[in-house]
Amino acid sequence: MRFTVAHLKRGERGIIKSFDQDILPIKLLELGCLPGNEVELIQEAPLRDPLYINVSGSHIAIRRTVALQIEIEPIQGHE
Amino acid sequence: MSKDIKVALIGNPNTGKTSVFNRLTGLNQKVGNYPGITVEKKQGICRLSRGKKAHIVDLPGTYSLNTTSLDESVAVELLLNRNAPDFPDLVVVVSDVENLKRNLLLFTQIKDLRLPAVLVINMADRMKRKGISLDVAALEKKLQTRIALVSTRKNTGIETLKQIIEEYRCLSCQPTIDIKTIDPEYFQRLGKAFPNEDLYKLWVVITQDVNFTPLQKKLPGGEKSFEIKSRQELKKLQHKETIKRYQFINEILKESYAVDLKAARGLRASIDRVLTHRIFGYLIFFVILLTIFQAIFDWSSVPMDAIDAFFASASEWVKGALPEGILTNLIAEGIIAGIGGIVIFIPQIAFLFLFISILEESGYMSRVVFLMDRLMRPFGLSGKSVVPLISGTACAIPAVMATRNIESWKERLITILVTPFMTCSARLPVYLIIISLVIPQGRFLGLSFQALALMMLYLLGFMAAMVSAWALNRILKIPTRRFFMVEMPNYKLPLWKNVFYTVVEKTKSFVYGAGKIILAISIVLWFLGSTGFTEDYNNAETIVSDRVAGQGYTQYSKNYIASNLEAYESALEAETTDASRIADSLEARRGDLEARALSQEIASYRLEHSIIGNMGKFIEPLVQPLGYDWKIGIAVITSFAAREVFVGTLATIYSVGSDEEETIKNRMAAEINEEKGEPLFNLASGVSLLLFYAFAMQCMSTLAIVKRETNSWKWPLLQLAFMSTFAYLTALAAYQILA
Repeated sequence: MRFTVAHLKRGERGIIKSFDQDILPIKLLELGCLPGNEVELIQEAPLRDPLYINVSGSHIAIRRTVALQIEIEPIQGHE
Repeated sequence: MSKDIKVALIGNPNTGKTSVFNRLTGLNQKVGNYPGITVEKKQGICRLSRGKKAHIVDLPGTYSLNTTSLDESVAVELLLNRNAPDFPDLVVVVSDVENLKRNLLLFTQIKDLRLPAVLVINMADRMKRKGISLDVAALEKKLQTRIALVSTRKNTGIETLKQIIEEYRCLSCQPTIDIKTIDPEYFQRLGKAFPNEDLYKLWVVITQDVNFTPLQKKLPGGEKSFEIKSRQELKKLQHKETIKRYQFINEILKESYAVDLKAARGLRASIDRVLTHRIFGYLIFFVILLTIFQAIFDWSSVPMDAIDAFFASASEWVKGALPEGILTNLIAEGIIAGIGGIVIFIPQIAFLFLFISILEESGYMSRVVFLMDRLMRPFGLSGKSVVPLISGTACAIPAVMATRNIESWKERLITILVTPFMTCSARLPVYLIIISLVIPQGRFLGLSFQALALMMLYLLGFMAAMVSAWALNRILKIPTRRFFMVEMPNYKLPLWKNVFYTVVEKTKSFVYGAGKIILAISIVLWFLGSTGFTEDYNNAETIVSDRVAGQGYTQYSKNYIASNLEAYESALEAETTDASRIADSLEARRGDLEARALSQEIASYRLEHSIIGNMGKFIEPLVQPLGYDWKIGIAVITSFAAREVFVGTLATIYSVGSDEEETIKNRMAAEINEEKGEPLFNLASGVSLLLFYAFAMQCMSTLAIVKRETNSWKWPLLQLAFMSTFAYLTALAAYQILA
């Protein structure tokens, strides 16, 4: 199964592997959401949507549908 | 003007760009619109040394030159068009020291347009706290630019920036990356097709319409057609470009920028843990909302009363000071009353925007957006609809304008369409007078019935907004490609200067947006109410005088005279015991009162037979099923322009000759429904009126602003039709059930 940003738990981190180029908005890339960069889930709203993440220093909230498109390699161990 | 240095100020959102603009220009700024579109254009003058001046344009915030909204494309258009009168001599790129990496993305793009560009690194005061070290000289060299390390909060570095602006001719226009390398083959062909153009500039023009329909999509060089790649391919190249830029930026920051994570303390994380908590987050938001509303009502009542009194006396003064005549009446009753009707709302609107801008400046609003997004979505709204809906409780006009940052057109449109259901301050005067008239005194759980009724009306407005949003979400079929994304900026103490400017700006947008229409309509109403073509109208004076001579005064006038005399008599008796003096004084007073009653009855008779009176009679059959008579009909017509006109119109119709609330209320209570012989304003007709005003559009200015924001008459007209029908039907149902 693909492991994506939407699968992170609060406080967990991962490294971005790849994402669906056609679906993800260019804005996310500009904010630092690029392969190889680290992403951390800071907070999730009720129903796990939207998600508040820190991606290479940019603090942003995105909807779950978008988060599901960002595939990551989870970083093991505690935060 | 031509000698002034032209500066374009650009930067990511949340970098304090506006603060830099405010620091540079002070109060020398003006806000307008770009021709033909609704994007705000902020300009200002900055004084440099030796009498030189810089003309500064504050461009909308953007993360890059890859535009995804109208606001952003305005910024890009300006930078592309060398022939535009506003084309800048230099570009000042504002960045924030904490997010320097991503801010530099935009900077490198601007530099690649071969424009002289200065880098402002703002929020320098936070560097130490965040453990950031920065080698400015090294960075300047790598980027081939000049850097101003600025703190708008501490007001440092602004002088350096001014000096750099003055010396803009020394700036290098060397580009940073070579765009060709992202697809050599494609760019080679592009270069061949347009040999005289800069490749990167061509690229920006081409990609303008990838995410957005451009304002102008002609490539320089005119007719020549060039095979443009598919959207997908262009997007892929944009991704490649972004990655390439980040590689470049990482490389240069490696040696000049460092963050010591141990020094950075996580205050933000702790605050976030509480404010975005799934339970406490909502509780805190709710408490903040209640506090705001409470404060608005408490604080604005004093200035509102003062404004009311001021305009009433101004009107009186004009009537006394100018010679009697039609022009005087126009000024006193049309224009001054009209302006008063606008100014009275300024306190509430200013206070609401004071709070909203504090919440926005501090970074809290983004958290609200985050918390509310999922809850709003089933209704077709976005988390970003919350701010407009809250603003709607002051006035729908700035609220509709506040929808601009909603990315999805469908969500934005629904927000615009339902915002007027929120209980705006113009509904309050109508609510208050009718509630006090028809809702009985008494308490339930310690709250008075009347307060509960008012709360219910607020709730009802909110629910109407949500339900219609839900319905619109089902009905409207608008495909949307945009993505919801909200930046969660770091918490900061609000800069009071920025808060102040925002409040002034929003209030101005209300005064000019709504003001013009309210004023125009007041004048038209005055004209319709003071003109008549019938014999009855022209001979009002004789007819009424004859009637009074024959049948005496109306019951209301009799009561009015009697109660006034009684009060006067007891006052006299307290002063003197001389019976003949009392009788004389009373006689004189009776004469005065009768003259006044007569002139009031004439005015009332005139209004009844004026154009507007005839209009009221004409629509009476339509409003009768709602429990209204022709007089209320008139008030409904006149308040079509703006709801609050309702009370003033009734005051004129009932010829109470004063805007004093108690007087109007007493007069309304005495009004009898001629058909049924019971009070006209009873529970049934009162509730019917309340519901009508809760739901009806009754606001021309909102319609005008919706037309402007949606750029078509279709939506405001649909909105008007829907809201009016809905209001009529609910009012009808309420009256028929209760009566």
